[in-house]
Amino acid sequence: MGRVPILFLHIFVVAACGLVYELLAGTVASYVLGDSVTQFSLVIGIYLSALGAGAWLSGFVGKDVARRFIEVELAVALLGGLSAPLLFLAFASLSWFQLVLYGTVFLVGVLVGLELPLLLRILKDELEFKDLVSRALAFDYIGALVASVLFPMLLVPRLGLVRTSLAFGILNAAVGLWATYVLADLLGRRARGLRLRAALAIGVLAAGVAKADLLTSLAEEGLFADPVVYARTTPYQRIVVTSGPAGFQLFLNGNLQLSSADEYRYHEALVHPAMAAAGSPRRVLVLGGGDGLALREVLVHPTVESVTLVDIDPAMTELSRAFPPLAELNRGALADPRVKVVNEDAMVWLEAPGPPADVAIVDFPDPNTFSLGKLYTTRFYGLLKARLAPGGAVGLQCTSPLFARRSYWCVVRTLEAAGFRVRPYQCAVPSFGVWGFALAALEPIDRPLRAPPGLRSLDDASLAALFVLPPDLAPLEAEVNRLDNQVLVRYYEAEWRRWE
Amino acid sequence: MTGPPPLGRAGKAGRTRPPAVTRGSTRRELLVALLGLPFAAASCRRGPRRGPRVPEGEIVGASHDLGHRVRDGLVPAVPADRWTRAAVAIVGGGIAGLSAAWRLERAGFRDFVLLELEEAAGGHARSGASRVTAYPWGAHYVPAPLKEDRALVALLDEMGVLGGRDAEGEPVVREEHLCRDPEERVFFKGRWYEGLYLHAGASREDLAQLAAFRAEVDRWAAWRDAKGCRAFAIPLARSSDDPEVTRLDREGFGEWVARRGWTSPRLRWLLDYACRDDYGMRLEETSAWAGLFYFAARLRGPGAEPRPLVTWPEGNGRIAAHLLAAVRPRVRLGLAAVDVASGLEAGRPAVRIVAVDRSGAARGFVADQVVFAASQLVARHAIRDWRAAPPAHLAEIEHGSWLVANLHVRSRPREVGFPLAWDNVLRESPSLGYVVATHQAGRDHGPTVLTYYHPNCDADPRSARARLLAMDHADSAELVLADLERAHPEIRGLVERLDVMRWGHAMVRPRPGFVWGSARGARRPWRGIHFANAELSGLPLLEEALHHGVRAAEEVLAARGVPFETML
Repeated sequence: MGRVPILFLHIFVVAACGLVYELLAGTVASYVLGDSVTQFSLVIGIYLSALGAGAWLSGFVGKDVARRFIEVELAVALLGGLSAPLLFLAFASLSWFQLVLYGTVFLVGVLVGLELPLLLRILKDELEFKDLVSRALAFDYIGALVASVLFPMLLVPRLGLVRTSLAFGILNAAVGLWATYVLADLLGRRARGLRLRAALAIGVLAAGVAKADLLTSLAEEGLFADPVVYARTTPYQRIVVTSGPAGFQLFLNGNLQLSSADEYRYHEALVHPAMAAAGSPRRVLVLGGGDGLALREVLVHPTVESVTLVDIDPAMTELSRAFPPLAELNRGALADPRVKVVNEDAMVWLEAPGPPADVAIVDFPDPNTFSLGKLYTTRFYGLLKARLAPGGAVGLQCTSPLFARRSYWCVVRTLEAAGFRVRPYQCAVPSFGVWGFALAALEPIDRPLRAPPGLRSLDDASLAALFVLPPDLAPLEAEVNRLDNQVLVRYYEAEWRRWE
Repeated sequence: MTGPPPLGRAGKAGRTRPPAVTRGSTRRELLVALLGLPFAAASCRRGPRRGPRVPEGEIVGASHDLGHRVRDGLVPAVPADRWTRAAVAIVGGGIAGLSAAWRLERAGFRDFVLLELEEAAGGHARSGASRVTAYPWGAHYVPAPLKEDRALVALLDEMGVLGGRDAEGEPVVREEHLCRDPEERVFFKGRWYEGLYLHAGASREDLAQLAAFRAEVDRWAAWRDAKGCRAFAIPLARSSDDPEVTRLDREGFGEWVARRGWTSPRLRWLLDYACRDDYGMRLEETSAWAGLFYFAARLRGPGAEPRPLVTWPEGNGRIAAHLLAAVRPRVRLGLAAVDVASGLEAGRPAVRIVAVDRSGAARGFVADQVVFAASQLVARHAIRDWRAAPPAHLAEIEHGSWLVANLHVRSRPREVGFPLAWDNVLRESPSLGYVVATHQAGRDHGPTVLTYYHPNCDADPRSARARLLAMDHADSAELVLADLERAHPEIRGLVERLDVMRWGHAMVRPRPGFVWGSARGARRPWRGIHFANAELSGLPLLEEALHHGVRAAEEVLAARGVPFETML
């Protein structure tokens, strides 16, 4: 076989690789940044303009066209091949991720844009101009077609983004290596050095494949079952929203907070027993619960005049107000005129005096760090008690009494030690398993009898059933959680570790 | 760490990974560590060439210039109309002087004046404040007192820190004033561990020696002399003077440890850290009595948990501020007493004090009694009769020097291992590490102030002091940052401001023979001058300063025939 068909095959492969890198960048961007229309538009636009820039730059290559062609090919193999892992890593650790993203897309585009004109110049002496242009462009576009078909149907489902990226980098570099033999007469003595570099690039990328599992897990790609539609690292936590066939999920620091499919079970159980126990509550406090879903349940009650929601993270409450899927799910609760949002640590906020509340809903993440553990101490509950109006009631989420039974009872004991009368209860939330709550008040309380109408999981009978604890959830001995001992964090850690 | 947790995604805040307390390095941290490597390497290479950036800040406090005027012994003339009379004058507005004033005030006695050289009262318990938080400049906690420390119990009760007594009548500190868990962690070879004693990797022998040391401390906690006194009690005045205990003061702590065959590097480090932390001294130089005091005085009895620590964002500045608030109208700041002379005034014994302010203007005070609550070092130069013939005990008092820095950081450093605690100790550093000002307030995110402590533990405190005072702000900042960089490679980027306090004469050094030696004689009043300072106990502790302040004030009240019920 002469070298002309081989070089057309090169055009085909180079085009396919270039398009794969472009698709990878677009996919990573829409995974991690959400808004896939914008991401793909920008990536395609930048990529195409970069192709033009590359073509223009090729005019500055004078001599040694063959050598430059192979160098460019190796560069694009490395950069494109490593682009997906690089972008995931950049997203996880840099605040200027977009700069890296668009910079990578542009650079890959420039390099790919350089390739075709250089190759055309190499081939110009071997074919007539009309044949050269028609065939070169045809192979170029066919390559793009093949890549765009393979990418969603075979590559992403089978290999995943990181491996696809690396595999195409290797293909790209291998073609470069092949070209050193095909163009050996044009390269002369330089062929050996180029072959060495090509081998090196293949080695780096192959090492990447070997470590792809590690890279993938590092890059969070494997952490979530569904595509990421929103992600942001705030000073307080990492917020990730994923979207799948069953709806969307919210994760804080990688821990599932809610699944839109069954969150109503959790939030109805969290809110309505306390609201019912307090009679006709007017002033309500929601501590934590920045997702606005407890708030949604509170606002169902027509007697409610004002709600103060205290959540440490402004990014979380803003997401709940403005991010359409979440704002729809909480029925615009954060925009309700009765609601006041305070972004402060709930404990610091409670230390300052304030007006009394008829109901307080306490919805913090589980006590898996010391800074969360402090929100489950006698000190915290003592401050909360001071804010409760006579006849008021508190509803609290208290982790799972099945998976973390001692932790659950530790919360109950701590509430009691702070002077609350407590009624423990539980409900099943498929995403979480059996979940535990507490109804607390200053005076002895009967379990509430009436659920408000129109709820999905609670009526009078199922409300009563919440307060039935099966024997496997029965009380366990537990110490009282205090600021100066933080036993709850230690219980919690020990108990959940068994389920890892 | 791979694969889904059981039961699908179980758990609100659930279980895709373990809580931070177990495995500090989460995926994200690993990721960042991986990515950080090239950057860290690059910055290392760049470091020496460009020279490190010095953060904004200044050297604050300890007015060495005005302080050293006292040493110069020049006594200006005071115009006749610049003399003031007060029944009692207190020299020194540290904890001892403020306590004396507070004690007089509590007895309803208000005819006194307190002179303090600095522009702020509080002495070694001073504090500062920024937009973000208050923070300490020196002493930053007290162990919860046992009921026998009646003065401190009365003070904390008045401050609203106590919430009643337990079944045995011991005071109970309110939860919000007890040091919040996690209290301390230690950095060793690239990782933070909970607690001070490094349990990770401890051998059987290490643990056996730790247990043996604890048993020895327990033995002393249980020990009582014929009069029923504890071997080690706070205040020291309540400790037994039985020779079986006091002979421990004749020996070095290091020697005492070695004689028991305790060679475990972990145990020796812990004991050395304790000496550096409380006394600014190495294990070898510290009196064995003082070393054991650190551990045994904090136990109610054998096997008991050590008394919990009481602390505030501004450290013991909270106590200083409370004491000051009670007596503020009678406090004169920025006045250095340069001459204190006992004599006769209209046929009655009186003490005349000449004081100068920063501008050099002189004022005089005539008092019946003086409570001299500044250091004996100052007394040596200020008391007229002592200038010519200093008492013998003065030669024995030695002070260590400390560097304290407050680092205002824009956010918390990244962690490897156990999360940020109140007290964060670097095991492989001569410093004591740092405390976090916002910890006690429960503010766990965003900007904070780290207070870094570095005692100069040299055997020769003079050369150490000279070295400390020769350092400018840039030198000090570099010392602090280079040390912290071991545990927090990104610390330079986080620091917005770094202020430094150089405590030239910070802590009295309890060398062997000092606590139970001749310096005890200085507690007796001398010609109308009553002495009050933690130095007189030989232990640089707030409890001792408070005790001596209260004792001196009560001596004065007794001398004046003012009725009172003793707090001692």
